[in-house]
Amino acid sequence: MKAPVKWLLSYTDVVADSKEAIHELASEMTLSGTKVESVDAQGAEIEKVVVGRCEAVRPHENSDHLQICQIDVGGEGLLQIVTGAQNIREGAYIPVALDGAKLVGGHTIKNGKLRGVDSFGMMCSFEEIGLDYRDYPGGIEDGLMIIQDLEDFRDKSEWELRTLIGKDIMTVLGADETVIDFEVTSNRADCFSILGLAREAAVTMKHLTKKGGTFTCPTPVVKEEDPASVSDFLKVRVEAPDLCPRYMARVVRNVKIAPSPKWMRDRLQASGVRSINNIVDITNYVMLEYGQPMHAFDIRTIHNGEIIVRRAQDGEKLVTLDEVERTLDSSMLVIADPEGGNAVAGVMGGLNSEIREDTPAIVFESAIFDGVTVRRGAKKIGLRTESSSRFEKGLDVVTCAKALERAAELVEELGAGTVCKGVIDCLAGEKTPRKVECNVDAINQFIGIHASKEEMEAILIDLECEPHFTGTDGGYVIPPSFRDDLICDADIAEEIARFVGYNKIESSLLSGCSSTLGKRNRNQQLSDKVRNVLTGLGYNEMVSFSFQSPSVFDKLGLAADDVLRDAVVISNPLGEDFSVMRTSMLPTALDSLAVNYARRVPQAALFEISYVYHKTEKYPEELPIHKELVTLCQYGMGGFFEFKGDIEALLASLHITGFTTEPCTDLVPMHPGRCAIAMVGGKQAGFFGQIHPRLAKTWDVPEDTFVACLETSVLYEAAVDIPKNKDVPKFPAVTRDLAIVLDKSVPAGHVEQMIRERGGKMLESCVLFDCYEGAQVEAGKKSLAYSLAFRAPDRTLTDEDVSKSMKKILNGLEFKFSATLRE
Amino acid sequence: MGMKEMLEDIRCKFEEKVSESQELSQLEELRVAFLGKKGELTGVLRGMGQLSAEERPVVGQMANEVRAFMEGKLAARKEELAAKALDEKLAKEALDVTMPGKTRAKGSLHPINQISDEMKDLFIGMGYEIADGPEIEYDYYNFEALNLPEGHPARDTQDTFYITEKMLLRTQTSSVQIHVMENKKPPIRIICPGKVYRADNMDATHSPIFHQIEGLVVDKGVTMGDLKGTLEVYARHMFGPETKIRLRPHHFPFTEPSAEVDVSCWACGGKGCRVCKGEGWIEVLGCGMVHPDVLKRCGIDPKEYSGFAFGIGIERTAMARFGVTDLRQFFEGDARFLSQF
Repeated sequence: MKAPVKWLLSYTDVVADSKEAIHELASEMTLSGTKVESVDAQGAEIEKVVVGRCEAVRPHENSDHLQICQIDVGGEGLLQIVTGAQNIREGAYIPVALDGAKLVGGHTIKNGKLRGVDSFGMMCSFEEIGLDYRDYPGGIEDGLMIIQDLEDFRDKSEWELRTLIGKDIMTVLGADETVIDFEVTSNRADCFSILGLAREAAVTMKHLTKKGGTFTCPTPVVKEEDPASVSDFLKVRVEAPDLCPRYMARVVRNVKIAPSPKWMRDRLQASGVRSINNIVDITNYVMLEYGQPMHAFDIRTIHNGEIIVRRAQDGEKLVTLDEVERTLDSSMLVIADPEGGNAVAGVMGGLNSEIREDTPAIVFESAIFDGVTVRRGAKKIGLRTESSSRFEKGLDVVTCAKALERAAELVEELGAGTVCKGVIDCLAGEKTPRKVECNVDAINQFIGIHASKEEMEAILIDLECEPHFTGTDGGYVIPPSFRDDLICDADIAEEIARFVGYNKIESSLLSGCSSTLGKRNRNQQLSDKVRNVLTGLGYNEMVSFSFQSPSVFDKLGLAADDVLRDAVVISNPLGEDFSVMRTSMLPTALDSLAVNYARRVPQAALFEISYVYHKTEKYPEELPIHKELVTLCQYGMGGFFEFKGDIEALLASLHITGFTTEPCTDLVPMHPGRCAIAMVGGKQAGFFGQIHPRLAKTWDVPEDTFVACLETSVLYEAAVDIPKNKDVPKFPAVTRDLAIVLDKSVPAGHVEQMIRERGGKMLESCVLFDCYEGAQVEAGKKSLAYSLAFRAPDRTLTDEDVSKSMKKILNGLEFKFSATLRE
Repeated sequence: MGMKEMLEDIRCKFEEKVSESQELSQLEELRVAFLGKKGELTGVLRGMGQLSAEERPVVGQMANEVRAFMEGKLAARKEELAAKALDEKLAKEALDVTMPGKTRAKGSLHPINQISDEMKDLFIGMGYEIADGPEIEYDYYNFEALNLPEGHPARDTQDTFYITEKMLLRTQTSSVQIHVMENKKPPIRIICPGKVYRADNMDATHSPIFHQIEGLVVDKGVTMGDLKGTLEVYARHMFGPETKIRLRPHHFPFTEPSAEVDVSCWACGGKGCRVCKGEGWIEVLGCGMVHPDVLKRCGIDPKEYSGFAFGIGIERTAMARFGVTDLRQFFEGDARFLSQF
């Protein structure tokens, strides 16, 4: 909300006439809760541009369009300035940029020569000094600003005009206002107005700086000089009182549409509102001043003089002021007459009822519409206006009446028409003042301050609340009708805290509270361990987006009925590429590796612990499952077994013993011969392996790309927190080598499982040290060589013991895999 | 030549040969040649039988002395040669120790998570536990239970990704407050780090996914002074011991009173610079006293208990800490970027 400082402070006795004083006001307002976004001095970038009078004009000898002018800028003698502007004339008052002047965009003016003739400055147009000609009736777009042609200067005598010579142009035009842009929070509907901000400013300066600050709220006085009564011309029927708690209207006759006076235009302009004409300007001015949006209808367009406030019909059409046809529905409210709609209530007026040059009489509307209805309606038709954003926050029924009076007062003040007697007021019900129970002690305790009852009362009274404290431990406060945000004791406490000063609150550290034990739970500890082990193994932790494009399912080559395709879909995504919640980490992993590969990073190893999201059977009655995975991915780091080794190292660090793998040939995105299912503690933890070369191509990553996706819950369940000591063996181990020949298709993992099973407790370790296929063995067969170590904790094993075990193992292998001992 | 002379002669010859020897093998040969069964000394001693009874002990003693002398020499030379051999071996094994070491480069934890880890440690030290909550969340937990009913204008300030009418991607970790309070009775002290989602297009300072840490304390007699003190500890820990904080009243529907918190600029210390846009302060978090209605909704009596909550953005701290100027780098997964931290 932009507030011109002079306007803002005109309702207070706060003085801020210097840059420093304005800065102080701004920072104190920030500290009392109305954050200042910016302080902009209008025309601050314009320097050394003054009013000059053109004394003589003659053509330039070497040019057919340049003219040489002699300008009086109040100094000794005249300044010679060469101009290309055609509208210069003798006797014209114009803005003159002197040597060293700064214009819009930091453009600097220097003395110079134009086609051989000295020129000491430049005469300016509106645009060159950062103004809009439309804000100055009589102003023109092309050519120089001629001051006496402007509406505001037309009545000035030559003598009066001469006094302006040499004065700063911005001061002369009244375009030197400083504007503070405040961030108003959504709970403070009352502060979307100059009056509301002025009240805050006064209370802030009084209590935070102790320099004093009184706010005076003006009371509008309407003379009602028109003998006719409003009821002679207008009837109002509110058919939806639930959505329109108050509807007020006045009628103004003998309307004379004209430009507004300069003071009003200046204030509107400084607030960022374009001046249109006196009637429209009054509605905007009152909206800024009181925060109450107003609307003016041309009374000719209200059929039968009857205004009906009703829900729109589904599909009802209305062309709004911006000349766009809007389609309405029954969730919206319209201001209509018996023939049809004239405005979307609280959002925008209809083009049909717009104020025109020849409008003889108008209806001023000041009303309260339900915030949620306005908000939804504005959103649906895609039209958020100054008006709708105020209604959304909830407006005050009392201010509603004051604003209407103010508009009528301004009509009379501006001579824009005659105000008829009486007001139409459809009020759904009086608002009963709210008693908020609270007391001094509780507030002090809650905030951690020591304010006295008197201090609190002073703050509350300045905020127009009625404090009724009984002693320091009882009572209540009645907030003013415009403070619907003050509902409970905490709200009152905040008001006190704001004006005692948040920074006066003494810091403490829960000294009065019970002590608690801070800690990470088991999963959180394990997760940190996994992260640390993986960084130790050379993997960099990444953080990725959890939504992705639905096209990844095709890229992965998933079947049409693959469950992974059943992703949670975002209904309003930033774009197709970010529209589904991921069901697999593979695309994320490949995307990240592709970034590295495209940037010619020779090798990359990444990991992340993050969620994939799966619908449950009861979805959407139930939230999707957030399944946590640890994902490892890499290229350029080594082959399958190096990758598997990293996974083994990870699991070993969690003291997981039951880790086995199964070949996995049917996972579409993976290399059918180089992918494994990871079994941990007898449960499937996930898969790992090399990606399918098809994917390598699709994603543009190297073929030696490996990915592992493991469910953390399975790992953590199998993890052993405290490994138990096993005494270091006292008796020697007996080692034996075992070389067998068997079918190529038998997985080594199964062979090892069998060896361990048959080897029993005595078998201490079983290490595969050679795997051979080739000329030395039969076609379709392979040879596996293991080094086995046997040991007993309580004695030295005999040859006989070990031979028995070896025989058992061999029998098992022969029986299960038709393996033979290699000769 | 008498026996004595012979022994003396052997001793001299041996001494000369030993000092000439260069190899351990030569020493062994000498030992065999002089002291072996067929060695010279043994040969001489064989002639002892021909000596008189008076001479025998004298020569015998001398022979023993010579033997001891020879054995001593032999051992000393052996040691000398062994030391020399070792020196040569070591010289041969010498490496250029200035050449680089060989290792698989260690990976790094993500800078965002490093900040998050650090905050976790800090708050665990102050008695907090770490809570967790869903990212795909019900509207109720993200908005309604936090005093943001349907149609509330403050909803507009958080552009929300919706899944269904009632389900969304959480826009704030504050949703976890409700889960925690529904399931745990006071005293409550938790923090919850996590991803949050807002429909912001990606640029150098915005991302549709970013990270927050939520804090919640509920107990008897919790004051706004406790909130301020806690945040001071946080600010000094994260931004340096000289850091000051400034609370500005603000509005969050689920806290009352509410505040936005600025810390004195970490780049200039508060004088005003490019980093803080001349303000001297940088906004880092939002906080407040838990709204009584929020407590009530979770079955906690606001007459008996009070509490505070805060929400801290992690990216901004990570950017300041590590000198990252473009937020997008955090999410790209460039190994070169990640391995720096």
